Amino acid sequence: MSALTLKNGGLVPLAELEILDFAAFAAALRQEVDAQGRIAALFAAPAGEQFDLFALVARDRQGQLAVLRSRVGTRFASLTPELPQVHLFEREIAEQYGLVPEGHPWFKPLRFHPSWTGRDAWGRDPRRHPLVGEMDYYRVAGEEVHEVAVGPVHAGIIEPGHFRFQCHGEQVLHLEISLGYQHRAVEALLPGTPAAKIAHQMETLAGDSTIAHASAYAQICEALAGTPAPPRALAIRALALELERLANHVGDIGGLATDVGFLPTASFCGRIRGDYLNLSAELCGSRFGRGLVRPGGTAFDLDASLAARMLERLEAVARDTRGALEIFFDSPSVLARLEGTGRVAAQDAAALGLVGVAARACGLNIDARRHHPWGAYLDRFDHLVTEDSGDVFARARVRRREINDSLRWVRDALRDLPAGPSRLSLPARAARHLAVALVEGWRGEVVHLALTDQDGRFSRYKIVDPSFRNWSGLAMALRGEQISDFPLCNKSFNLSYCGFDL
Amino acid sequence: MFKILRERIRQGHRTYPYPVQAPVLPERFRGRPRIDPKRCPPGCRGCEDLCPYGALQVRDGQPRIDLGLCLFCGECAAACPAGAVTFTRDHRLAVRHREDLLSGADEPRLAQALDARMKKLFGRSLKLRQVSAGGCNACEADLNVLSTLVFDLGRFGIQFVASPRHADGILVTGPVTENMKSALLDTYAAVPEPKLVIASGACAIGGGPFRGSPEVHNGIGDLLPVDLYIPGCPPHPWTALDGLLRLLGRLTQKS
Repeated sequence: MSALTLKNGGLVPLAELEILDFAAFAAALRQEVDAQGRIAALFAAPAGEQFDLFALVARDRQGQLAVLRSRVGTRFASLTPELPQVHLFEREIAEQYGLVPEGHPWFKPLRFHPSWTGRDAWGRDPRRHPLVGEMDYYRVAGEEVHEVAVGPVHAGIIEPGHFRFQCHGEQVLHLEISLGYQHRAVEALLPGTPAAKIAHQMETLAGDSTIAHASAYAQICEALAGTPAPPRALAIRALALELERLANHVGDIGGLATDVGFLPTASFCGRIRGDYLNLSAELCGSRFGRGLVRPGGTAFDLDASLAARMLERLEAVARDTRGALEIFFDSPSVLARLEGTGRVAAQDAAALGLVGVAARACGLNIDARRHHPWGAYLDRFDHLVTEDSGDVFARARVRRREINDSLRWVRDALRDLPAGPSRLSLPARAARHLAVALVEGWRGEVVHLALTDQDGRFSRYKIVDPSFRNWSGLAMALRGEQISDFPLCNKSFNLSYCGFDL
Repeated sequence: MFKILRERIRQGHRTYPYPVQAPVLPERFRGRPRIDPKRCPPGCRGCEDLCPYGALQVRDGQPRIDLGLCLFCGECAAACPAGAVTFTRDHRLAVRHREDLLSGADEPRLAQALDARMKKLFGRSLKLRQVSAGGCNACEADLNVLSTLVFDLGRFGIQFVASPRHADGILVTGPVTENMKSALLDTYAAVPEPKLVIASGACAIGGGPFRGSPEVHNGIGDLLPVDLYIPGCPPHPWTALDGLLRLLGRLTQKS
């Protein structure tokens, strides 16, 4: 096997990455997936007149990551028919560079932006900005078949996206999710952007995952500089990441309670979510953790008196959380609405490459904290939560159990912070290298990859938000369901629009 | 049922007595920045290089922070060698005019109330349609929070509604991506006259961290007439609430 293996937070010189013939690259990827590897990223980067394809495979059981590289012209044979988990990655490559994955079964734009090379994979006029949503939607024909289109502007304070339900009566045959409305062109901006700006852009890739993305970016910078962040900073980052998970998981259970009309938990959790955000604000001044994580460490330290104050507040919030969750999971009328709704089969989840809560609710053992631990998680995270039923109930249960684990984590972290500095200055970055970082955000695995040029600047920066992997899961969850169950299914995934659109 | 009631009693009443009681913000919260030009070494323009977004500007020899471009990261305060820049815990930041966002050593110019006619129309019942036009969802999340029981926006007669046809105005977040421009303008057009436009967050005011991206419009300033600017990245819910109440004349300049 010609893949180069590395660990999370690792670095490889580009010169050591063998350039495989495309057929060998495809065969190697198939072999990896047969051996229970997951394709965590697939992306292109220009290589003179041609293009390099890079694949990152997560070998969870071995705790290893493997990188494969190939070189193609403007067309290559689509891997999607055999490996459905790459279907969005191939559409992304086509949209960014105008490359055509021949034989792709679902070949449409993703984010509706002009190609970076001036060559358009769909033969559209490259001088004109594509119109968002301008594509063929999946259609179902027949008597009593109808289509419901929703968005981009939804009822409520949420991000925009467009959904089309193909229905037979109340039953949904298929849901097509068309995004791209939030596209801010982050990946296109990153090469050449001054470092001072990048930290803020990373924090706003998906606002509710500020810590996860900022940590992945910091990890990339530290890998390229060959200097890990000090243990104290890594502990503060993990503490902030678990607070982020707590706020969002609690908020999501409140959202599920709202959608099934169980008002006590809905209103309790709406407030308790804010209590967790306020704990993050004690740490760094921002409810979303803005300004906390920086390459080289953290911008704020946590002294003993602040830790003691936070611990005291945490205990009170933890009591409220437990009370709010207990009455929710104790109500038969609630459980009746959650159980069996929006089921995703385990084999579908694996084939589509789902990650995070959505994957663990289908029984898949995927958690970067466990399999690819980094920083404070090394040797300290051993409690991976899975459920088997793959429905809304399972996704709610995974959240509830992870809330308990995160509470324990935060409590331990506040009691026992490693001594030493919380930030170091980083030396220059390695030139012509590839660096990789995986962080288990509250939604799932956040993947960052960077390639550097001869001066150590980013020549390509690839970001995979967990939402990119999981929106297909929501579409699958809706099959055969009633359209009225959409809000509940949607909330149980709670995916990011801008995380997908970047 | 008994368990639910017991929990309801245990969790109790949590609505904050605002505006009777001022909100208490965390020690590290970065609210209104303050610049002390007396500390600036003569001729120093170093701060203009400190901010990658151009929020720090020296005009007529006076350093100022453009709150519309500021992400409140606090890095300028940490880096200014003279210690002339500090961030206070003052959450009151919203203003009515773009130029009022330039903040220096002088007294802040907080948002003025609407004129008498508009105040009569909207002062006791204001319905807003929110449009996220490229926002990262942090602004959106902290607007959602306003409707939870701590802030309880409804008690002020303000409510977010589902349809622009039911709304008195729009509240926009995000830098306005190219792909959301027409949906934003359509939503605005669907709101009956007279109507208000509120820009919430650094993105909606000036593009935020994505200012200059080829796929964004650097906020709504060139697209729609803005009646209220709420700075922040994201604005704290108290900042947003303060702005809305000032716009409706429910808070005085001093409070």
